[in-house]
Amino acid sequence: MNFEIWDVHTHISGVPGTTPEARMAKLLEYADRMGIARLCVFMGMTWNYDPTPEFMRRSNDEVLQAVRKFPDRAFGFVYLNPKHTQASLDELNRCIRDGPMVGVKLWCAVHCNDPLLDPIVARAAELKAPVTQHCWIKITGNLPGESTPMDLADLAARHPKATLICAHCGGDWELGLRAIRPHPNIYADINGGDPTAGFTEMAVRELGAERVLYGSDAGGRSFASQLAKVFGAEIPDAAKRLIFVENLKQLLRPILSEKGVKV
Amino acid sequence: MSQEQRSDSLDRREFLKTAAVAAGVASLGNTSAAQAADTAPSGLIDTNINLSHWPLRRLPCDDTAALAAKLRNSGVTQAWAGSFDGLLYRDIATVNSRLADECRRHGKGLLVPFGSVNPKFPDWEDDLRRCAEEHRMPGIRLHPGYHGYKLDDPDFAKLLRLATERGLVVQLVLVMEDRRMMHPLLQVEPPDIKPLADVVRKTPGLRLVLLNALKSLLGQPLLTLLQAGEVCVEISMLEGVGGVASLLEKVPLNRVLFGSHAPLFYFESALLKLKESPLTEDQLRAIRCDNARRLLAKRS
Repeated sequence: MNFEIWDVHTHISGVPGTTPEARMAKLLEYADRMGIARLCVFMGMTWNYDPTPEFMRRSNDEVLQAVRKFPDRAFGFVYLNPKHTQASLDELNRCIRDGPMVGVKLWCAVHCNDPLLDPIVARAAELKAPVTQHCWIKITGNLPGESTPMDLADLAARHPKATLICAHCGGDWELGLRAIRPHPNIYADINGGDPTAGFTEMAVRELGAERVLYGSDAGGRSFASQLAKVFGAEIPDAAKRLIFVENLKQLLRPILSEKGVKV
Repeated sequence: MSQEQRSDSLDRREFLKTAAVAAGVASLGNTSAAQAADTAPSGLIDTNINLSHWPLRRLPCDDTAALAAKLRNSGVTQAWAGSFDGLLYRDIATVNSRLADECRRHGKGLLVPFGSVNPKFPDWEDDLRRCAEEHRMPGIRLHPGYHGYKLDDPDFAKLLRLATERGLVVQLVLVMEDRRMMHPLLQVEPPDIKPLADVVRKTPGLRLVLLNALKSLLGQPLLTLLQAGEVCVEISMLEGVGGVASLLEKVPLNRVLFGSHAPLFYFESALLKLKESPLTEDQLRAIRCDNARRLLAKRS
């Protein structure tokens, strides 16, 4: 049994190196050790919860540098701030329509059920680009603009044709998975939290393996702890194959096809 | 290297070979696990597992027979077992006798019980005595967060002293889970670690293992603790790409142990960390088993 593995959620922060290319190379060294073929990467060498248009552009330029160096290994997602709607749309067009990027990343600037997201999500859907939204439910308190899976469910209801990825499944995955369950256009990215046993089993049981994606959140997280969520789960190998690679291929195939990339 | 030349998949046979050599574990294989485990040169000691039920959900492998089978199939040769019941149960003596019994019945030498002692309970000294004398445990496991005491508490210092006099290894659990996702009615503050180095210095002969520590205890506070005495850490909550190799750049090799935090965590997480970091055979052997073996062998 071979598992090809694509990782839907990585960063070039938390990785040694002074340039985006060097960090990407280092990240790929570790990916190679773990048998991971391709990485989706977003956000730059430094992060900002509420980036200005200039910061967004710089961050995306760094990711573009990284992925252009390794076009057969890395896919870029464009980092946007819905508070700067027009700048975000311009950046989306620059990096996805006119560039090599294939998805959108939204973090903590505004709650994702805010109408500010509507034009961005609509444009991403036109370009066949999936939108990854950081989601967390923290008993210790979310950041001011930090979304929950319940917020993402609101957004999904307004944009049934968009492909949305619930990053971290809310951390509190027993609640997060329930929140996204009714919305078939939301995929569960199981990355980022501790490798708590039962997470992946519940995701597969409640959503179906077809809606579950492997991601790591490396370099802040190890590939190891996140791979374990799939390797260690009591689910069939066929489900593992879907989670490790097939579902992400399915999501990216339309936009990659338009860009002339075969998967 | 071209894409065609490079293997884009985690080939199971290759993984098993690597895991067996590197970590002594082959749990990811359906057919070759036993074979691969047989090739492990010197076994694998998991210093951080728990028996019984996590209070907030059922877990895969939360019955002892299933967990023991999982560990054996993964190449584990010895596992230091506490009990989830030790977190909240008041009748801790029955928790410990049940733990010892479960280890005997299902372990066949694999499971080594580490009993719970709460130094804020009346007559806790007898719990310690029973762990050592009746159950012949080599160590105890402490949960200051769940048991509600601080690390500068005189009863805690006394417990460390008495455990050391009995030749027991002391495992100190800093957290059980991510604070951000705790149940709203069971939010357990991790203990303030600052007083611990001083307590360690004042307890000569203490052998202390910090469990679930490396999520929050890093940098100078960790080094200060390690310099205070014979203090070890295990890798279950260590994160970051190449985390074990990064840890070894700062921490002496002989202080790092293998720990999985199973069954609350997927066992494979700790195992794969040994694969993710480029480690020498000596480093692997030390983390996998030699350091833990040496720690237990010092029992007086």
